[in-house]
Amino acid sequence: MTTDIQENEGPDILKEWVGKGRVYEKTFNPELYHEVQQFIFREARLQDIHDYDAWEALWTDNALYWVPANGTDTDPERQMSLIYDNRSRIALRIRQLKTGRRHSQTPPSQLARVISNFEFLTSSNDDIKVMCNVQIFETNLRGDTMWAARNEYTLRRIDGVLKMAYKKVVLINNNKAIYTLSFLV
Amino acid sequence: MDGNQISRWDELIRPGMVHGSLYSDEAIFKEEMEKIWFTTWVYIGHESEVPEKNDFVTKSLGPMPVLMVRDSNGKIQLLLNRCPHRGNAVCVQEQGNRARFTCPYHSWTFSNTGDLINYAFPEGYEGVDKSKLGLGKVARVASYRGFVFGSMAAEGPTLEEHLGGAIRTIDQLCDNSPTGEIEINAGYLKHRTRANWKFILENECDGYHPAFVHSSIFSVSSSAIGDLYGDKAVAVTRAFGNGHTEVDPRPEFRRRDAPMSWFGTTSERLPEYTKQMNEAYGDRRAREIMIDGTPHVMIFPNLFIAEIQLFVIQPISVNESIQHSTAIQFKGAPDINRRLRQQTMGSVGPAGFLLADDTEMYERNQRGLEIREPEYLFLKRGEHRERRDEDGYLIGHSTDDLPSREIWKHYRSMMEAT
Repeated sequence: MTTDIQENEGPDILKEWVGKGRVYEKTFNPELYHEVQQFIFREARLQDIHDYDAWEALWTDNALYWVPANGTDTDPERQMSLIYDNRSRIALRIRQLKTGRRHSQTPPSQLARVISNFEFLTSSNDDIKVMCNVQIFETNLRGDTMWAARNEYTLRRIDGVLKMAYKKVVLINNNKAIYTLSFLV
Repeated sequence: MDGNQISRWDELIRPGMVHGSLYSDEAIFKEEMEKIWFTTWVYIGHESEVPEKNDFVTKSLGPMPVLMVRDSNGKIQLLLNRCPHRGNAVCVQEQGNRARFTCPYHSWTFSNTGDLINYAFPEGYEGVDKSKLGLGKVARVASYRGFVFGSMAAEGPTLEEHLGGAIRTIDQLCDNSPTGEIEINAGYLKHRTRANWKFILENECDGYHPAFVHSSIFSVSSSAIGDLYGDKAVAVTRAFGNGHTEVDPRPEFRRRDAPMSWFGTTSERLPEYTKQMNEAYGDRRAREIMIDGTPHVMIFPNLFIAEIQLFVIQPISVNESIQHSTAIQFKGAPDINRRLRQQTMGSVGPAGFLLADDTEMYERNQRGLEIREPEYLFLKRGEHRERRDEDGYLIGHSTDDLPSREIWKHYRSMMEAT
C-alpha cells in the first residue's frame, strides 16, 4: 500500500465541505517534502509582507488561482467563486494592488499565517500535488479577523525551479458571509 | 405627540442633509425594521432558484430568514422557518428538494404549503385545531417577471404599484435575454459589511464615487467607465418615486450607437447571442436592445440590478449588513452567460476588484459617525440642476446626489407613517 484513499462516507453535506475523495501519497520523500515545504513557507512570507512582484513570479504561465465559495468541489465554470483567476487575471489583481489606490489594501492588512499538515497527493505525471492547512491572522482598519483554509497546490518544476501551476484555497467558512478578503490569500 | 414626531424628522432629515444618527442609532434601526422592512415589498429571490416542484432555498426578509419554496402544486410560498410549537427551525438545510419539513424537536411535520400534517403522540392534543398551527408565512407574495417579492403587511399597495416606473428597468433587463427570461443559478457570494444598510443602498446609484473609489482598477484595465461617471458624462440619474433610483447610461450608449458597447464588446464577438436576439426580436428591435444594454437600478429597499449582477442588501443590525451578489444569466444564451459570470466574479464579492473597495468605503463611513462633528451628511450635489424628464421623473447628472435625496424623501414618508 503506497496510497491512502480518503473515503468520504456520510451525509452529502459532509462531502460538500471536505470535498471529493483524494488519493494521498504514502511513500515519503524527505528531500521533496523539505523542498516543497520551504517553497510554500516562502510563498506565505511573500504574501504576508505584500511582496507582490516576487509572489507573482511564483506562478507558471498557464496558472489557475481559485478560491471557491459555498463548498469545496463546486464547478467554477458554473458557480460563483470568490476568486477564479487565470494567469492574466492574477496579473491584473497584482497591478491593481500595486497602484496604491486599492483602498481595501491601503494601508495593507497586517498578516501572519501559519501553515501545517502538509500531505502529498499521488500524481500521475511530474506535477507535485500537495495539500496543507493554513490559519491567517489579519488586522486592518476594521479590526482583527481570523481566516482558516485547506489549500491544494499543483507545483511544477520549470528549468529546475518550482512554480505554482494551481492554487486552490478552500476557506472553511466559505458558505457564510465573510468580510472583505483583498489581501493575497 | 404628533407634533414631537414631526419635529423629530424635521431635525433628522433636512433638505439635502441627513443626521448621522440615522445610520448608527439602534432605536432607529428597530423602527426601520417595523416601518420599512416588515411593511413594504422586499425582494426575496428569483423563481429560477426553485425550478422544480418541492425545491426550496433559504432567503431573507431583512434580518429574518425565509424559506422560498415551490410547493407540491408548483406555487411559490414564502414560509417562516419557525416551528409553531416551541420555535425550533423546521429546516436547517440551505437548499434542497422536499415535500415536507419535520421539526427535529418533537417531530411536528409540515407540508411545503405550510400546513401542519402531523404531530407526535396526537392523543395528547385532543380538541386542538391543527389548521391553526401551520408555519407562519410572509403575508403577501407577488412576482414580476420571475422576481419574487414579499410583504409582511397584509394590506398595502400592490407590487406593481410599489415598483411604479421602475418596472421599465426589469423589462429592460429581461429584454436582453433572447428568451425574455433571466435565471439566477450561479450561487451567491456573501459579503459581510460592518456598516449600516443605507450606506450600501445610497452608494448603488452614486455616480460620483467610481472615478475615485475604483480608479485603481480603471487605471490598469481598459475601461470606458469614465465616459459614464465623469464630469462631462451624458448619463443621468433618475428617481422613480417610492425610493427607487437608477443611473441611466442609455444617452451615452445611444450616442455610441454600437450594439454590446454597454458590455465592453461587440456583437461580432457574440455571434450566437446576436443571432438569437435577432431571431427573437427582429433585427431592428434587437439592435436597440443591444445598444441600450441592461439597467443600473436600485429597487428600494434591497434589490440592486447592476447591469450584469444582482445584489441583495440584507440588514443584520444597525452597523452590520450582508451584500449577497451573483451573476445574472440570460436563459438559453450560453455564449454570453460564461462572460457574465467571469466578469461578475472579477468585480464583486469580498475579493472583487470593485466591491472590496466599495465595502471599505461603507465601513469607513460607519466609523466616521463615531466622530460627533459635523452632525449632518451633505447631499446637495446637483440640487440646482434637478429637472423632470418627459415622463415626469426627476433626473440629474450621473454624478449628482439626487438618488440619495429621493431615497431619504421616501424613507421619511415611511418612517413618519403611523
